[in-house]
Amino acid sequence: MSATSSTILNLPDQRTATMPKRNYLNNEHGLLSWLLTGDHKRIAILYLISITFFFFIGGAFAGLIRLELLTPQPDLMASDTYNKMFSMHGIVMIFLFLVPSVPATLGNFLIPIMLGTRDLAFPKINLLSWYLYLAGGTFTLAALIFGGVDTGWTFTTPLSTHYLNTNVITAATAIFIAGFSSIFTGLNFIVTIHRMRAPGMTWFRMPLFVWAHYAASVLMVLGTPVLAITIVLVALERTVGIGVFDPTKGGDPLLFQHLFWFYSHPAVYIMILPGMGVISEIVSTFSRKRVFGYTAVAFSSVAIALFGFFVWAHHMFIMGVSNYSALVFSLLTMLVAVPSAIKIFNWAFTLQKGSITFETPMLYAFAFFGLFTIGGMTGVFLGALGMDIHLTETYFIVAHFHYVMVGGMLMAFLGGIHFWWPKMTGRMYPESFSKLSAVTSFIGFNLTFMPQFILGYLGMPRRYHAYPAEYQVLNVLSTAGATVLGVGFLLPLLYLTWSLRYGAIAGNNPWQATGLEWQIQSPPLTENFIETPIVDHEAYDYEWLAHKTEQEVTVG
Amino acid sequence: MDNAVVATHTHEAAVHEEHHHVSLPQHRHHFETEEQQREAGTFGMWLFLLTEIMFFGGLFFAYLLYRNWYYDAFVAASNQLNVKLGAINTVILIGSGFFMALGVWAAEVRKKSLLVLFLVLTTVLGFAFLGIKYVEYSEKFEKHHVPGAHFDISEFVNPPIDAKTGQPSEKPLAPDMAQKTQVFFSLYFAMTGMHAVHMIIGIVLLFWLTARAYSGDFSSGYVAPIENFGLYWHFVDIVWLFLFPLLYLINRHPLK
Repeated sequence: MSATSSTILNLPDQRTATMPKRNYLNNEHGLLSWLLTGDHKRIAILYLISITFFFFIGGAFAGLIRLELLTPQPDLMASDTYNKMFSMHGIVMIFLFLVPSVPATLGNFLIPIMLGTRDLAFPKINLLSWYLYLAGGTFTLAALIFGGVDTGWTFTTPLSTHYLNTNVITAATAIFIAGFSSIFTGLNFIVTIHRMRAPGMTWFRMPLFVWAHYAASVLMVLGTPVLAITIVLVALERTVGIGVFDPTKGGDPLLFQHLFWFYSHPAVYIMILPGMGVISEIVSTFSRKRVFGYTAVAFSSVAIALFGFFVWAHHMFIMGVSNYSALVFSLLTMLVAVPSAIKIFNWAFTLQKGSITFETPMLYAFAFFGLFTIGGMTGVFLGALGMDIHLTETYFIVAHFHYVMVGGMLMAFLGGIHFWWPKMTGRMYPESFSKLSAVTSFIGFNLTFMPQFILGYLGMPRRYHAYPAEYQVLNVLSTAGATVLGVGFLLPLLYLTWSLRYGAIAGNNPWQATGLEWQIQSPPLTENFIETPIVDHEAYDYEWLAHKTEQEVTVG
Repeated sequence: MDNAVVATHTHEAAVHEEHHHVSLPQHRHHFETEEQQREAGTFGMWLFLLTEIMFFGGLFFAYLLYRNWYYDAFVAASNQLNVKLGAINTVILIGSGFFMALGVWAAEVRKKSLLVLFLVLTTVLGFAFLGIKYVEYSEKFEKHHVPGAHFDISEFVNPPIDAKTGQPSEKPLAPDMAQKTQVFFSLYFAMTGMHAVHMIIGIVLLFWLTARAYSGDFSSGYVAPIENFGLYWHFVDIVWLFLFPLLYLINRHPLK
């Protein structure tokens, strides 16, 4: 009896939807009310604006790189400038876009709502992490303005400590600070997920989005401090001259590689796991079905986080680690493919016999499936020792991680933004434009990076601004694709901004989804829920929804 | 049946309301209960300490690696550290931790002046530790044991002759092994330096907490900041309890 009467699902009519009078956007006014806010939703918006800014800066570098590679000759910029271009592209995209992308925007916005609580556990620390992010971004821009940095995003010693006269310290400070922003976000999520769930919200009723963020947060909290201390040691070695990584003083540069990749490999899972969480939500909603194998998908996130800590040396196969450790790390690397495949297969089974519709978020999710699968499978190539020695440091690597990071994470991010945009702003975007942009980015992406697999297999090394003339055709294809891709990324910026004012009013639940976040008004109240919800069903109860609709039809 | 359920619900809601009315000023609106708030705070602090363990973990890993590779250099360099000052500092830091623990107790039993006293004593001992560390560091500068351009290995290659026995006071090292003492001192400065940075941050926080304690913020049963800071301070102590034997006592065990 109480199971149905106290249930909180509701399906308002979207055609008669009105904008709620009071919501988190108009609750307080003025710039200060934003800059000093403790509201997780406002902080998410602040993050969204700032990471978009840095995304386009990083994208501009990518554009310049592709422009230089249009011709075999180094004609657009000097080799030093080119080194700075790809270094800044990597630093900005990884530390200022990919790592915070989904967690700091969608995660920040949705985790408290999905758990049925009013805010994250530590709102002030949440705001602090945004300011730390901004400080990190400012230092990055400073490094750029004062002349750039050309270490590559990996800060390889002794190159970074002894041989370069560029702004290594400034960039290192930026990464150190941005790292703490990520630590605090992860810490906030873990505490919130453990301690703040609404009554009845058990671990296995949580949306998979939350599970994915939990796993990513564990990586942020345990991995990032190791990067921090490594960066500190590099800075000390460069300024004071201590000898921890300096072979002339008895230090070992390989130690730097171990410490760096101990963070930076898990970091790629920090970047992809939240995206996988987004995909779980989208696939379930637009197939009108519970995610197939919920428990398996939830635990595969945790498994990826766990295995992620034991594979770092696969970045070091050609750096002189022993054959035996290379063998062990190669085997462990293959293990990561298992939980990733569990996810892909479970999503495929979710689609099976589902009532699939092709709204924009679903298009991005399909792009994710294809591109992430290619990225993941080529990752298995690279995990195999012999293949890795042939392919590492070529464009094959570049294509591989762009398939995972851009094809995977960026598609998931855009899918998530399109999925929750009505919830965040209360307005719909023009569906025709958004579908166009999803298709454009998919085509542009493949045109950009598919040729790079071939280039890499043929032996074109990465990080060079000149190449033999026989590679030109594929490079021209790649640059042309980058242009299309750029259009695909610019379009959402335009129509999403337009929709803020002119978009149709979305209503509470435009996708007819079952998640807790769709049961409250859009945009939500500052306090999210008027009274704490009591959860008695899991996040993907579409069978219940189908029955409810049937009943309504019979009654009508 | 229905009515009964509704009735209980209203009753519960009323109790809930009442609870909100008596809530203390430090209660943050987004927590359901104060217990939840306190648990979340403590849990967050423990997680933060976990990140700190990983932070220092990188240094400890480097120490483990190089100590195994360059054991002789590590012994010789470790013998140059001032065990007496290190031991005094260990006692000081344990004392400081003791007063911090007393401070947490004083906050829990709501004794304002005792709390302020214990926080001040914790701070004083923290300063004493840093002062002694300063003396030790300046000694290293005088002996050219600071890694960098002025690092000097001559003392390890040709140890001074002991006047009484006519023998070198230490086992001489081959020049290439003596070079590796620089790795030891790099780690020494990185590890004790990071520890000192944590002490300085702690002392800044202590000033803030003392001021708040003095104005009576922690005299009404709200002890979370004191408790959580106590966890941090004890963590910093424990790091030192590992650093002291690892850096100072490599070759000083009595069974030798």
